[in-house]
Amino acid sequence: MYPPRFRYEAPRSIDEAIALLQSGGGEAKVLAGGQSLVPLLKLRFASPELLVDINNLPGLDYHRVDADGTLRIGALCRHVDLERSTILPTRSPTMAAAAPLVADPIVRTRGTLVGSLCHADPQGDWAAVVTALGGSIVAQGPNGRRTIPVADFVTGPFQNALAYDEVAVEAVIPPAKGTVAGGYLKLERRVGDFATAGVAVALELNGSTVTRAGIGLTGVGSSTINATEAAQALVGKPLSAETRAGAAELAAAAAQPKTDHRGTAAYKRHIVATFVERILTRVDESTQLPGNGSTQRAA
Amino acid sequence: MTSLFEEIHEPAPTDVPTRRVTITVNGQRRTVEVEPRLLLAHLLRHGLRLTGTHTGCDTSNCGACTVLFDGAPIKSCTMLAVQADGHEVTTVEGLAGPSELHPIQEGFKDEHGLQCGFCTPGMMMAAKALLDRNPDPTEEEVRFALSGNLCRCTGYQNIVKSVLRAAELMRSADPAGKTTVDGWA
Repeated sequence: MYPPRFRYEAPRSIDEAIALLQSGGGEAKVLAGGQSLVPLLKLRFASPELLVDINNLPGLDYHRVDADGTLRIGALCRHVDLERSTILPTRSPTMAAAAPLVADPIVRTRGTLVGSLCHADPQGDWAAVVTALGGSIVAQGPNGRRTIPVADFVTGPFQNALAYDEVAVEAVIPPAKGTVAGGYLKLERRVGDFATAGVAVALELNGSTVTRAGIGLTGVGSSTINATEAAQALVGKPLSAETRAGAAELAAAAAQPKTDHRGTAAYKRHIVATFVERILTRVDESTQLPGNGSTQRAA
Repeated sequence: MTSLFEEIHEPAPTDVPTRRVTITVNGQRRTVEVEPRLLLAHLLRHGLRLTGTHTGCDTSNCGACTVLFDGAPIKSCTMLAVQADGHEVTTVEGLAGPSELHPIQEGFKDEHGLQCGFCTPGMMMAAKALLDRNPDPTEEEVRFALSGNLCRCTGYQNIVKSVLRAAELMRSADPAGKTTVDGWA
């Protein structure tokens, strides 16, 4: 399969990239890791007039924690960088758990977190994770930068809130106030397949009391689901068997799965409830064992 | 300089712009004219006649087209050839000379790591990327590193054994582990 013909530019600066997008007038696409866009081009689901390859832009391959605890992931930070990160296991156990489950090891060499968020596939892992963490996307356009919460950024299946002349330059995770904990679990038929269902849970704890919670669901709706009621049911409470079961039930109710070749709607709801319960149980067990690596003080 | 343009596609209209790119393939600098939509896998196979890199699923699932890009494994059917400008690409032909076998190839020979052989170049390149970083992997680590490469013949058992055997061969050839390359990411 060949992609359709397009014009190709590989700018050396963000300003140049933005100018190219402007010149494209809505017929241009940004190429980052290319692990979704190149297959879409080959299948002729996308046929942009101009491809703006941002892989040569300097200084976008970072992921780092600012002095105030904000976690920033640059547009060219690859999945593999997050998989091997020494920062994430302590700063965000949810992200650390998700990174090795994205696609397959070879796709992870090239694909990027920010690109995955822009692609806005309802079955993409990172959108659920960043939703659970209450993160945002920083978009840069001709008039400067703006920050868009990920819940507003993903506007539908394969749709995002970027203007045609904006580049998503980084994802931002706000600082944590308590002990960070959480996880990501995904059911897939084989490595690299789209998720049958996935659950991201991100918590902040004060002692054994939950002070902030976020739950994002992968692959069980027409876009990423923010299970706010399930998350809210945890706040202000310890992770008892009762609160865990309550959150699991609410998360399953928030899912909007469809029966398909990966499973029935009822089965997918059951997976969501099981995964929420499982992640919360693991967090609860590890918080009772001081020094366990799966939950850590926030930076 | 090779013109790949008409060789690969139907004769192209003369107004379609091409780009001149220089890629180091298996240690050799190659300068070629490519149309931007040309995929790296097609440049390697059709343009440079390096047919060891296979295209299987053509949708980024199977990993038969895996090559090393600056030392890291990528699916060459999912990268544009223009994106390789100024970079290093290693294909299965780059593992060893024509009359010798790389320890990874020895491993596959010793442990019967292939049947039809279609997935083998991709498996070997994924294995190379693993062993460059981790000269003494566990069975689980081998399975994890090869989980982006599909084989429809072997059931994977002998492929995993082959990579473990290759690791052994490479360690005994280089007991100090001096060939270990880390931090390609």
